[in-house]
Amino acid sequence: MFNLADEIIINQIKKMKIIAEIGEYALLMFQAFRRPDKGKVFRRQLMMDFQDLGTNSIGIVAIISLFVGAIIAMQMAYNMDSPLLSENLVGFSTRQMMVLEFSPTIISLILAGKVGSSIASEIGTMRITEQIDALKVMGINPANYLILPKITAAVIYNPILIIFSIGLGIGGGWLACLFTGILPVTTYVNGVQAWYDPFTITYALIKTVVFAFIISSVSGFKGYTVKGGSVDVARSSTQAVVYSSILIIIFDLILTQLLLI
Amino acid sequence: MIEINNISMSFGDQQIIKDISTTFEKGKTNLIIGQSGSGKTVLMKCCIGLFDVDEGNINFDDRNFSKLSEKKRKSIRKEMGVLFQGGALFDSFSVEENVMFPLNMFTKMSDEEKMERVNDVLNHVNLPNAHKKFPSELSGGMIKRVAIARAISLRPNYLFCDEPNSGLDPKTAEMIDALISELTEQFDMTTVINTHDMNSVLQIGQKISYLYKGKLWWEGSNKEIMKTDNKELNDFVFSTELTRRLK
Repeated sequence: MFNLADEIIINQIKKMKIIAEIGEYALLMFQAFRRPDKGKVFRRQLMMDFQDLGTNSIGIVAIISLFVGAIIAMQMAYNMDSPLLSENLVGFSTRQMMVLEFSPTIISLILAGKVGSSIASEIGTMRITEQIDALKVMGINPANYLILPKITAAVIYNPILIIFSIGLGIGGGWLACLFTGILPVTTYVNGVQAWYDPFTITYALIKTVVFAFIISSVSGFKGYTVKGGSVDVARSSTQAVVYSSILIIIFDLILTQLLLI
Repeated sequence: MIEINNISMSFGDQQIIKDISTTFEKGKTNLIIGQSGSGKTVLMKCCIGLFDVDEGNINFDDRNFSKLSEKKRKSIRKEMGVLFQGGALFDSFSVEENVMFPLNMFTKMSDEEKMERVNDVLNHVNLPNAHKKFPSELSGGMIKRVAIARAISLRPNYLFCDEPNSGLDPKTAEMIDALISELTEQFDMTTVINTHDMNSVLQIGQKISYLYKGKLWWEGSNKEIMKTDNKELNDFVFSTELTRRLK
């Protein structure tokens, strides 16, 4: 058992480790955000990352959004049994939930798992197999070459994925109404069109861009700073997902407070 | 020529290399040998700029590499080719793309010129038909040869090889040694090889530096090593019954 003095020292060391890690992250980002050595090579990497991080995520985003949109519409219709509530609320609530929270936040959490682990394990494997050393020895800035295209790809592509997710989610609700008959389709569509505030889309996109930056930069950092072997790569990949997810939730709260309240 | 002047380097309290001075000569295969933990890899990583030395300096043809900023080091780095222990080929690139990578990054060659250079270096390493293969499809010896091809694609003045024979069968290891030796002569490079392999020491060691507990303990050629009476060196080089009989 530790005595009180030991515990104080251990807590201080833990705090210092976190501060050191934040400092390391900031320095890495400073290195990453430099002008690329060759524009042509950067564009090529960016196209590859659009494919890996964006296009390859369309499938999972589409399936989840479609089904969740349908489920939200069905649950709203099932639970709204009071005659005082307008049936338009089913479409309205489905739209609001997709736009405000599900698409930007939950899809970003799913992408943190899919894309974040992929980035951390790819860069981590490059680190332990000396590929990053090879880049450095050639005179290339590895952080800039490896991390900047991934951040750029995520920040550009994720908003597209989120708009796509919102559309599919609302479409999923429409399909649920059509096939189950829980609500007339026209009533659902009227609800979707009701009380529309364009700022909600801006809010969703701002959140998405911030979350995309968190996912790609934190995962890049965890991969880049791996030391050891394959077990450490797996560990850093898990940490990338956990850290990104926690930061997404924290920033969700902060951005909601700043932008909506 | 690479001149190393009184370099020392530590990790925390532990001093890894202590006051080493030597020269690696142009057109020769310069070998660094020593037991595991003797500081060979650290010395090589200091030379290629992956670690910064605490004291002393490293001069590449009278250019003090240790004192330069990372930006200014870049011009010297372009003259270096490095063969890492595991090859360090980029997994997502084919052989052709791996070899072409330094050309894409640092030259203004046309696509035809780059392709010509790729064909030329792949022919040098006897892999004329491997262009479209990926690193996962290559054997250990082929990975080393592609890594050599990438290292020499910019026609470097300095070639560094970290354990080029590790994990290879004796025949392939001999072929890699012969290839490095031949390329050193042909391109008149300063080649530095970090090795444990006694076959390499005896066959291609034109200049051998033996490190012992972080210090430079002995220097000489492969002919001189057979006659030395340095106890630590003899214990290391002639540690097996076979090598003792050879001596």
